[in-house]
Amino acid sequence: MLRLDEVQAGYGRVAVLHGVSLVLEAGEILCLMGRNGAGKTTLLRAIMGLVPVGAGAITLGGARLDRLPAHGMAAAGLGYVPQGRRLFAGLSVAENLEIGLMAGGGDDALRDEVLGLFPRLAARLGQRAETLSGGEQQMLALARALCLRPRVLLLDEPTEGLQPSMIAAIREVVAAKRAQGVAVLLVEQRLDAVLPVADRVAFIETGRMGPVMEAGALRADRSVADRYLGV
Amino acid sequence: MRALALHLGLLAGLLALHFVLPAYHHGNLARVMVLASYGVGYNLLFGYAGLLSLGHALFFAAGMYGAGLMVQHGGLGAAGAFVVGVVVAAGVAAALALLALRTVGVGFMIVTLMFAQAGYLAILHFSEITGGDEGFVLPQAGRMLGSVDLSTPDARYLAALALFSVCLLVSLALVRAPFGRVLVAIRENEERVRMLGYDTQATKWVAMVLSGAISGAAGAGYAILFGYVGASFAEAQYSILPLLWVLLGGAGTVLGPFIGALFMFYLIDLASGVTSAHMLIAGVALVVLTLFAPQGIMGEVRRRLWRGLP
Repeated sequence: MLRLDEVQAGYGRVAVLHGVSLVLEAGEILCLMGRNGAGKTTLLRAIMGLVPVGAGAITLGGARLDRLPAHGMAAAGLGYVPQGRRLFAGLSVAENLEIGLMAGGGDDALRDEVLGLFPRLAARLGQRAETLSGGEQQMLALARALCLRPRVLLLDEPTEGLQPSMIAAIREVVAAKRAQGVAVLLVEQRLDAVLPVADRVAFIETGRMGPVMEAGALRADRSVADRYLGV
Repeated sequence: MRALALHLGLLAGLLALHFVLPAYHHGNLARVMVLASYGVGYNLLFGYAGLLSLGHALFFAAGMYGAGLMVQHGGLGAAGAFVVGVVVAAGVAAALALLALRTVGVGFMIVTLMFAQAGYLAILHFSEITGGDEGFVLPQAGRMLGSVDLSTPDARYLAALALFSVCLLVSLALVRAPFGRVLVAIRENEERVRMLGYDTQATKWVAMVLSGAISGAAGAGYAILFGYVGASFAEAQYSILPLLWVLLGGAGTVLGPFIGALFMFYLIDLASGVTSAHMLIAGVALVVLTLFAPQGIMGEVRRRLWRGLP
């Protein structure tokens, strides 16, 4: 579904990704792991067109993504939840969702469907996004991305700094989307947060891809993770 | 519905004042309404889209000169000249937006300021056509709307109210429409809006054209209703004034520009009656207001009393 072939990308003259190749299938959760500065966020931003791709190709269902403008990614089927949530802080929960729904041509049925996944948000529709708890803000960021009906979800450390009950709730939603055939590329730093949901785990180090392993194999032997995560 | 009622209520109040105000305040309020229309245009770009322009005098002057020159040299009446003024201002805004929107933040401020200064200097340079520093007085024929003489106090007040009403209601409709919500979202976090699939550059371009057109309508209206076209309206001061009105009244509120323009107009008017250092008094008052109501008057109303105030 989503395919990266020998992608090189970076900021100005500073190359961050050096020939990254990766395949993400429909209905799969692929976790991308690596140390700080390994290139995880840059990889997601390159897919979203926020970092220029210098060489290689990014395709979704065979169509080139790296030639689209950044605002064309949502229509192509990508939903992105960046690190730090990046909500419209001064707008209410309902208005945040409305912006997403308008972009994706969504209707009330989709809104209700999304809110059904996040009952906590449904109870706070009039509340300003900046006044939500960290977990609720993360839920809202994810809910807004789901308003686009994405085929691929890119999530950048969605559980960072959240309490366990929130992590469980978000994990549940991500798993539900996988069951509907959505492909999920999940960036995380903590192995414990990854293993309960991942199908496969890919490692990245200094902008180069390391091994890609089945999650089951990693559960049995964590030595590869220890090497790439430095624990 | 409540919001629409509030705005219509204000317009009804302004209409009622037409019948009771003494001549001095009657004339002042007509002027404030035209200037507030300019503020409404500025607010669309600054208050809602978050783009701080320092060159809006260019659009106000484009409308003013577009209309004035059509009267002076083209022999048009008020209606035709007004339309030309709005079109010229929108065209100037469209062209400037293509360049200015390639920049952000301070760069945008500087580019808009520089183009406005270039416009001002062009007015001075082509003095044979524009009247240069002195400007020109509109001939009476250009202030006639059919058989209605817009230079009379009654007609001028009602025409100013009509102009302000249209600008206010258009602004209200825009900001309550999906377009307005996207503008606010751009102000909050442009990159996120882009990630949701919006062409933010195109949206900002449309906002700037609309903002320029409304500012130009105010400029054209000012020329026709007050009968004078002058280079001073293209100076940097006229780019700063709408910013102050909007900040004082409440950026990102539809009523803010009117409240801010009214407040500042009368603050300067009253202070100048007390001392020749009236700008000092005005300045102190502005600092106090900014300290205690940083979101502006209507911004504070929204924060404290009415969360959904548009």
